[in-house]
Amino acid sequence: MSESKGLKILEGDPVDPLRRNFMRTAAAGAALAAMSGCNMDDFFRKHFKELSKTDLDAVLRNVEKSNLERFGKATTVGATGPQPGVEFGYGLDLSRCVGCRRCVYACVAENNQSRQSPEIQWIRVLQMDKEHGVDLTHAESYYEPEHVPEPGKFYFPVQCQQCTDPPCVKTCPTGATWKEPDGIVVIDYDWCIGCRCCMSACPYGARHFNWAEPQLPAAELNPNQHYLGNRPRPKGVVEKCTFCIQRTRKGLYPACVEICPVGARKFGNLLDPESEIRQVMDTKRVFIFKEELSTHPHFYYFYAT
Amino acid sequence: MRGVFEFLKGCVRQIAHGDRAYWAWVSGLLLLVAVGLVAYSNQFREGLIATNMRDQVSWAFYVGNFTVLVGVAAAAVLLVIPAYVYQWKPIKEVVLLGELLAISALAMCLLFITVDIGRPERMLHMVPFVGTPNWPASLLAWDALVLNIYLSLNVVLVSYILFKAYRGQATDNRILVPLVLLSIPVAISTHTVTAFLYNGMAARPYWNASILAPRFIASAFCSGPAVMLILFQILRRTVKLPIKDEAISKIAELMAYAMFLNLFLLGAEVFKEFYSATEHTQYTRYYWFGLGEHRALVPYAWASLVCSVTAFILFLVPATRRNLVTLNLGCVLIWAGVYIEKGLGLVIPGMTPDTLGEIYEYRPTINEWAIAAGIFSVGFLLFTFLVKIAVPIYYGTFRETPAAPEPRSV
Repeated sequence: MSESKGLKILEGDPVDPLRRNFMRTAAAGAALAAMSGCNMDDFFRKHFKELSKTDLDAVLRNVEKSNLERFGKATTVGATGPQPGVEFGYGLDLSRCVGCRRCVYACVAENNQSRQSPEIQWIRVLQMDKEHGVDLTHAESYYEPEHVPEPGKFYFPVQCQQCTDPPCVKTCPTGATWKEPDGIVVIDYDWCIGCRCCMSACPYGARHFNWAEPQLPAAELNPNQHYLGNRPRPKGVVEKCTFCIQRTRKGLYPACVEICPVGARKFGNLLDPESEIRQVMDTKRVFIFKEELSTHPHFYYFYAT
Repeated sequence: MRGVFEFLKGCVRQIAHGDRAYWAWVSGLLLLVAVGLVAYSNQFREGLIATNMRDQVSWAFYVGNFTVLVGVAAAAVLLVIPAYVYQWKPIKEVVLLGELLAISALAMCLLFITVDIGRPERMLHMVPFVGTPNWPASLLAWDALVLNIYLSLNVVLVSYILFKAYRGQATDNRILVPLVLLSIPVAISTHTVTAFLYNGMAARPYWNASILAPRFIASAFCSGPAVMLILFQILRRTVKLPIKDEAISKIAELMAYAMFLNLFLLGAEVFKEFYSATEHTQYTRYYWFGLGEHRALVPYAWASLVCSVTAFILFLVPATRRNLVTLNLGCVLIWAGVYIEKGLGLVIPGMTPDTLGEIYEYRPTINEWAIAAGIFSVGFLLFTFLVKIAVPIYYGTFRETPAAPEPRSV
């Protein structure tokens, strides 16, 4: 289990993402800070990327405050930025996956998804027939046998592929979703208007909508949160896998990687030649899902055996 | 300013007076608006879970209605072209009615989008300067822009024409003609951008066909004028608007061409799908034949085709085109055909099966029907009121009263 110690972070100071656009909004900062101080529910807030450090701090504290009101539980909401020299990549070994869906539930628990009405899961495991190969017209995602894997079947888990050219980002009318420098596609749940263009555009069914107020028992709330990741979502906005941004930016593995009982899931920094994902890419032959759409995912499937 | 205020007061007076038929119509519509409001407040409280949309089919009835109505809005004004080319006598009336219809249709469009989105209170996020519209990449950001430009253009034009007539002044062609001419490309662009909204989604092969925008325009030229033709006849009878049979059958003839084009483009698409028979055909197959036991849209698909073909024949044969009974039948049929084809028939198969092959069969909930009925009623009501104001102005019975003599007489 030496892997669970986490990713190696390259030398150098982390970029403070909060400072990126500081100059542009310095003047408006004071006014905004005053406003968010009086708990204006982020209504007149600026776009995430334009928030100054002070603004963002106020916004984060606000989220913590509303978490406390909503769940009666103290939480830490951070906004750790992308680390320099890091571009995340994910590998999935189709020959190992047994379709147990532990990743699905670990993800739900880690990322504070709505448990029911609507039941939201960021990972969908498709059961496929060996005789057809990867063929979506023969995919079944509601399989419930007593034991997995079933004879004649293999399993194809799908989640956000963190595309290099994400069609979802392109269609978003408000810029509420974007790709971060480390390759993670994120959503600001307070900027999303819930038009669902991104869901139409996503070729991987990776985006999920809060059709109703999310149902999340306070006892199951994960208090370690990231603003662009697993903080509780409101009704009427879209959410998706962020490679567990709250964990991976701190050098931890995503929850799905950690839980996988067969080691089918690999994760690491594509820019680090020593990383696990680079080992996979060097020694195995990988493929990407729906390559004809030129989304250039950061998510690689392979058959290790 | 006094003039404007008096004008607005006069408008309210026009709306507030009518015979029994008028009040029956208006109160019927108001009742439906109330039903829609109740349904929407329910949806607003519960969330969009009050609809049958889910992650698999994440756009549906509302967006379908929006798409059809964008077509109506565009085509209503495009009637200006034939009116202008053929130098019809009542060109101003055609323009005016087209614009009134466009305003009403656009109001419905914007309402359908509003009820479809999850956080309507954040709409400002896509407004230029106030929010952060994602230009030039996002087609929805563009669509919102062109629709609002088109709406403003029509409002300005209508207000100008009516206010001038109310004052008993002639309209200035140096203002009017450029605006009317400008509204033509804007009308086409609204509909094209709406088509591109779907067209650009590479993840949805059913929509990702370059024939989509031309089909949108062709079908708009069927459904938009169909509404206009029926309105012309109603207004001809009720308020004696001077629209000649000749003009009506000319429009009908143009519609026949549009219907042919629409059917031809549909045929071209169907051929490509079924002859190449790739995995991408499954969406078209779902629409026309169903996939396994999933056949929710099949009856609608064929009903739409029967309506469109019958209407085409009725409009093609000169005898039935000139006969007002068969003409009106054709109008209703083509409207029904296009409504299905461009509404549910466009949106739902695009998402069934979903991008990972799952089939979720969507059918609108009662709540969705109620909201849609409410929105259509708002549109009808708006159009009724606009016509109620415009017609007496046109006949000169609603005019500015001469200003009271100045207190200090010379």
